[in-house]
Amino acid sequence: MQTRKKYIFLTFLVTWLLLFFFGGDQLRRFTLFSGRKAEARRNWPRWTDRSLLKSFADPEELQSDGDPSLPSPRERRAARLSVYKNSRCRMETCFDFSRCEKHGFKVFTYPQERDQPLSESYSKILTSIERSRYYTPNPEEACLFILSIDTLDRDHLSGQYVRNVDEKIRGFPLWNGGRNHLIFNLYSGTWPNYTEDLGFDIGQAILAKASFYTETFRPGFDISIPLFPKDHPQRGGEKGWLYQDSIPPKKKYLLVFKGKRYLTGIGSGTRNALHHIHNGKDIISLTTCKHGKDWEKHKDTRCDKDNVDYEKFDYQELLHNSTFCIVPRGRRLGSFRFLEALQAACIPVLLSDGWELPFAEVIDWGKAAVVGNERLLLQIPSAVRCIHPERVLAFQQQTQFLWDAYFSSVDKIVHTTLEIIKDRLVPHRSRSRFLWNALPGGLLALPNFSTHLGDFPFYYLQHGRTPPVPAEHGTLSACHNATTLPLFVSSGSSPSEKFTALIRAVSPAGSPSQPIVRLIQAVSASQYCAQILVLWSCEKPPPPREKWPESTVPLTIIQGRGKLSDRFFPYVSIQTDAVLSLDEHTSLLTSEVDFAFVVWRSFPERIVGFPTRSHFWDPEQRRWGYTSKWTNELSIVLTAAAFYHRYYHSLFTEYLPTGLRELVDGLAACEDILMNILVATVTKLPPIKVTQRKQHKENSLQQVKGTAGVAGGQRFSQRQDCLNQLVDWFGYMPLVSSQLRLDPVLFKDQVSVLRKKYPHLEKP
Amino acid sequence: IMCASAKYNTRGPALIPRMKTKHRIYYITLFSIVLLGLIATGVFQFWPHSIESSNDWTVEKRSVHDVPVVKLPTDSPIPERGDLSCRMHTCFDVYRCGFNPKNKIKVYIYSLKKYVDEYGTAVSNTISREYNELLTAISDSEFYTDDVNRACLFVPSIDVLNQNALRIKETAQALAQLSRWDRGTNHLLFNMLPGGPPDYNTALDVPRDRALLAGGGFSTWTYRQGYDVSIPVYSPLSREVDLPERGPGPRRYFILSSQMTLHPEYRSELEALQAENGESVLILDKCTNLSDGVPAVRKRCHKNQVFDYPQVLQESTFCVVLRGARLGQAVLSDVLQAGCVPVIVADSYILPFSEVLDWKRASVVIPEEKMPEMYSILQSVPQRQIEEMQRQARWFWEAYFRSMKAIALATLQIINDRIYPYAAISYEEWNDPPAVKWSSVSNPLFLPLIPPQSQGFTAIVLTYDRVESLFRVITEVSKVPSLSKLLVVWNNQNKNPPEDSLWPKIRVPLKVVRTAENKLSNRFFPYDEIETEAVLAIDDDIIMLTSDELQFGYEVWREFPDRLVGYPGRLHLWDHEMNKWKYESEWTNEVSMVLTGAAFYHKYFNYLYTYKMPGDIKNWVDAHMNCEDIAMNFLVANVTGKSVIKVTPRKKFKCPECTAIDGLSLDQTHMVERSECINKFASVFGTMPLKVVEHRADPVLYKDDFPEKLKSFPNIGSL
Repeated sequence: MQTRKKYIFLTFLVTWLLLFFFGGDQLRRFTLFSGRKAEARRNWPRWTDRSLLKSFADPEELQSDGDPSLPSPRERRAARLSVYKNSRCRMETCFDFSRCEKHGFKVFTYPQERDQPLSESYSKILTSIERSRYYTPNPEEACLFILSIDTLDRDHLSGQYVRNVDEKIRGFPLWNGGRNHLIFNLYSGTWPNYTEDLGFDIGQAILAKASFYTETFRPGFDISIPLFPKDHPQRGGEKGWLYQDSIPPKKKYLLVFKGKRYLTGIGSGTRNALHHIHNGKDIISLTTCKHGKDWEKHKDTRCDKDNVDYEKFDYQELLHNSTFCIVPRGRRLGSFRFLEALQAACIPVLLSDGWELPFAEVIDWGKAAVVGNERLLLQIPSAVRCIHPERVLAFQQQTQFLWDAYFSSVDKIVHTTLEIIKDRLVPHRSRSRFLWNALPGGLLALPNFSTHLGDFPFYYLQHGRTPPVPAEHGTLSACHNATTLPLFVSSGSSPSEKFTALIRAVSPAGSPSQPIVRLIQAVSASQYCAQILVLWSCEKPPPPREKWPESTVPLTIIQGRGKLSDRFFPYVSIQTDAVLSLDEHTSLLTSEVDFAFVVWRSFPERIVGFPTRSHFWDPEQRRWGYTSKWTNELSIVLTAAAFYHRYYHSLFTEYLPTGLRELVDGLAACEDILMNILVATVTKLPPIKVTQRKQHKENSLQQVKGTAGVAGGQRFSQRQDCLNQLVDWFGYMPLVSSQLRLDPVLFKDQVSVLRKKYPHLEKP
Repeated sequence: IMCASAKYNTRGPALIPRMKTKHRIYYITLFSIVLLGLIATGVFQFWPHSIESSNDWTVEKRSVHDVPVVKLPTDSPIPERGDLSCRMHTCFDVYRCGFNPKNKIKVYIYSLKKYVDEYGTAVSNTISREYNELLTAISDSEFYTDDVNRACLFVPSIDVLNQNALRIKETAQALAQLSRWDRGTNHLLFNMLPGGPPDYNTALDVPRDRALLAGGGFSTWTYRQGYDVSIPVYSPLSREVDLPERGPGPRRYFILSSQMTLHPEYRSELEALQAENGESVLILDKCTNLSDGVPAVRKRCHKNQVFDYPQVLQESTFCVVLRGARLGQAVLSDVLQAGCVPVIVADSYILPFSEVLDWKRASVVIPEEKMPEMYSILQSVPQRQIEEMQRQARWFWEAYFRSMKAIALATLQIINDRIYPYAAISYEEWNDPPAVKWSSVSNPLFLPLIPPQSQGFTAIVLTYDRVESLFRVITEVSKVPSLSKLLVVWNNQNKNPPEDSLWPKIRVPLKVVRTAENKLSNRFFPYDEIETEAVLAIDDDIIMLTSDELQFGYEVWREFPDRLVGYPGRLHLWDHEMNKWKYESEWTNEVSMVLTGAAFYHKYFNYLYTYKMPGDIKNWVDAHMNCEDIAMNFLVANVTGKSVIKVTPRKKFKCPECTAIDGLSLDQTHMVERSECINKFASVFGTMPLKVVEHRADPVLYKDDFPEKLKSFPNIGSL
């Protein structure tokens, strides 16, 4: 009886619930029907004759949009040259592309005149250009010209204001109305209006300017650069401050501002209002009236209290401990605060209406900053509170990426400017917006290498592609009728399935040496090997084809040019993504090669190899040390036996300036350190060491020549010098240490060798 | 009140059998009240929503010819010409849009009127089919409001899509007399064919003062960046012709030109290309000798050969889109529809929706002067990229070109994103075709960071009642140098945790969290007590891991902070016989999962597990009391696209996954259950995200012939 009652009751309940939740809709309509008509939404009418309406244009008219009476395209192009000048300049009307055709994108800087003082920032800009791979000292070759007159500060009240610029540039025979010139500027105009006036006529020159107003910005022609302080580092640059990804963001404050409040004049509208959002808890907005000589004249009732509060907080402390930072306009639109917030991973909340954001032509600021509206200041607190923690985390990481890729040094700011211009010259060989906004950033993704994302080592995860047809991967013991679905297929897209072995041969001999023959045999036996290239780096000609060992894969001999950097040249014959770089004395087993390649496919952006070295800071000598001793860490993988992506050949040869490659060619045995530094600069990650059966001998090369000992020591100190020179050139130490080695899953486990895929790696 | 009653209700049925008869009436009444309360809240919750969605109630049955007529006096005011310096912050009244939690602008449409001049002559066609479709789309969208006072954006119903079809001055006067015109502030006009002979301006010639213009043929000199919106010229063929999507790959022609009235100079340049490169270039023209009744727009000819248009576009890899009298061309839409990569030769043209679309991924832009080099330029595009561009082109058409609705909504979304930039649609959402969105990952921890060692990790031990074993685990784990806090999740509601004094004394803070229910997901809750990024999840019976092994695991995690770094590894396999996934714990050469009985991972994944786990997986795991670790492996692999890292050699774990029961049969059921989990999760995720790898991480000098005492982690792998 009890249970029956219970069930009846339950059924009753359930029916009721069902009735009201599913049938409720009709019920509601029924009961509310009468009241609804009055408040019905008036939608756009469904016209009874809408199917009879005529199309907006006759199909013929749409498809044949020509007018024979119009001037010919050539005439039109000629005519626009005279119309669209100066303030209406565009690349197609004010830039002479033909100057860039013969020698490519080359940049010339005017020679400096002795009596012409340069500001610190401008000389850094000039140095950056001269250090760049585009620099040319020959104006005949140049595509772009940079003045030696300091045009950074055009506030005529400033001490660095250069007078009579107009007269000076008119005197330059190369000026040519400013065509193909690039002018840098940080400050324009002066008190009280801070206009865009530069005090001279820039003519057809491209303007790279901080605090650009969108109204005066010539889209696709000018470039907005960030305002940077005069102590901004020339190269390298400080790291960002984000060192942990926490969710929810654990920072003490939500939103902060600490700065001047303008009592009058341009920009005072926004700065005067900032104190309204201060709540003393998670939103700190502090202003001071103290600035300029006569601030007390304009002083208002808030000033005294504000000035007291202002001193209670430290700017740096706020910057470090806040999730969002207000970056309002100052007298001009841009401020130092912008880069400071970016570096601090304090998400900039921009209140600077009409500011053409730095490098906005390529950078998607919507991913790293909140572009607020000066007029809607009071909505900012609720708007930023509503941003989801995940999005906040993504924002924070993006600030760090952008800071590091484009802003942390003068070199980066200048090179980004140049690359943007270069991209405009050959639109079909330029970077897509994706490349600029994804790691490792536009400067490190060369469109000359490829414009296809899949050809780079970086984007295979973010940019999915249809997976290749599943292939069987039969690695399991016979006891179960199952296979892991293809090893690499699941990632959606993946680096290629084969590699090219590139062996550098240096021993002059009539026939290939024994080690190289053994090496070719071992490598060509790998199921993943597509071809072998031998880079013949001796003066003597290579042995004839028939003296080389037979191998199942194609073997090609390339004649080197006798330089150490030859081994990293982007040879056309390298068609696989993976390159296995080898020295002729390297000794490897086929299964070592196989395993390393399989590992590399999981880490295609890194160097994966066998013998490793490490670096350390030597506090006594105050320089970096290099060691080949067995250590618990590694930061360099020798390219005598390493896999890496072929893109690094292009990067090595095209991205690095000639001077740096010459430096390396001049030093013995340094090119692999440079390669490691280059890859670390790109990835910010350590290389990967894999299992190696035999220990690689550091001085194998010297031992062959029979001069170990002294020469070995000399070689060692050379490498140490090299490391220090490279660090100096890059401006920081890019190498990162790792404490691990990747071994096969069952490596040296207490299990039968028959079950192991790589048993050969374990034999003593 | 509602929450309380709901709670009561869930407990209700259990009480019923036990109640006394005389209380029954009372309880029934109580239930009824509770139920009525529930219903009432339900009704009020769904009410406003249902009004908005059922718009078929208010359809007016009227003809376009019945709309009111408005006579414009000759001297009625004319707006100023468009102001080229207008930007959102100068000419747009953002206060009208206000703050709203949905971050959606509200758009008002003026009602349709017929405008005539003093003599009764119509100013323009009342409305074209396309403009009617566009307004209908806006009206049906969530942007629409019929309340003019709440509107942020106003769309006149005056049709200015085609400038040739209207009288300029009178149309301007019609605009000026709109009720909220106010110099055109916050008004949006749609125009596809601007200009007219002889100079063919690239923007609508109708004076419009501050109104925003969504225009179809902007040049860089008339486009006000960040204010106007560049839109496509709609091709009515999009509706008439159904071109099924064609797979990417090589096509019969390499370059095709299909436009009819090209300027002779362009045509001769194209013909030069054809002469040089032969068959692979096809230059089509208007057909001169078509029989009557065949629409000329649907045919193209080359010499005597006749081709169907637009079908012929599908036969070519690249299709030339040259400027005509205007910059914007309807052929662009046809070309994209055919999945042909457009080669755009129209200097200074602002491509449609260029504010958000990355045209470099779908087209090749060639300066007019470089036309002779077109062939070699296109030859240099890698084949794989061509395939992606073909797919991308088709996607752009489907998403932003195919109908007036698509064009209207994209335009409004762009303006919406400017007003609520912090809620804007991302580059990926605009540009990635669904196939890419589906197969790509966006790693939430994408920045390559190696977290500082000093931060340490938080160990989380989930326990029920095995106190003795728990205390041993605590003691062992506390020896690990980088441990910064220990959190015990006490999952037993029936028993209190031991008194404070009984717990082992350790050097780091130890916190006990009591849970409300015995659920497995409690292990993965993002407790506020976790102050480090790294979390070590460890079972209360894992006592065999040495301090070196745990410390090394933490170091490995620091190098791979976005992955699961764990000790016992497992594998998933495809069972060809059963045609489904299978779980494998044998000694295999591969791993695709690590057990979370002992694993390091980022706290972020706790957050994801608790709040973002797809489908019903979380509840399913709690209900089955199993597979929480497999779910975590799926989640992490799915969001990062990366494999797990197994650390250190294999150890004999005390069957860490089955809880202290032995026996072969049970073991097998256990495996069956775990296999089921994999299949269940794979179907919920819609894919198999797990990645199989053949490597594990060991210390650099592991098993090397080197003095043990000089190794950082000597005590690894010992049993």
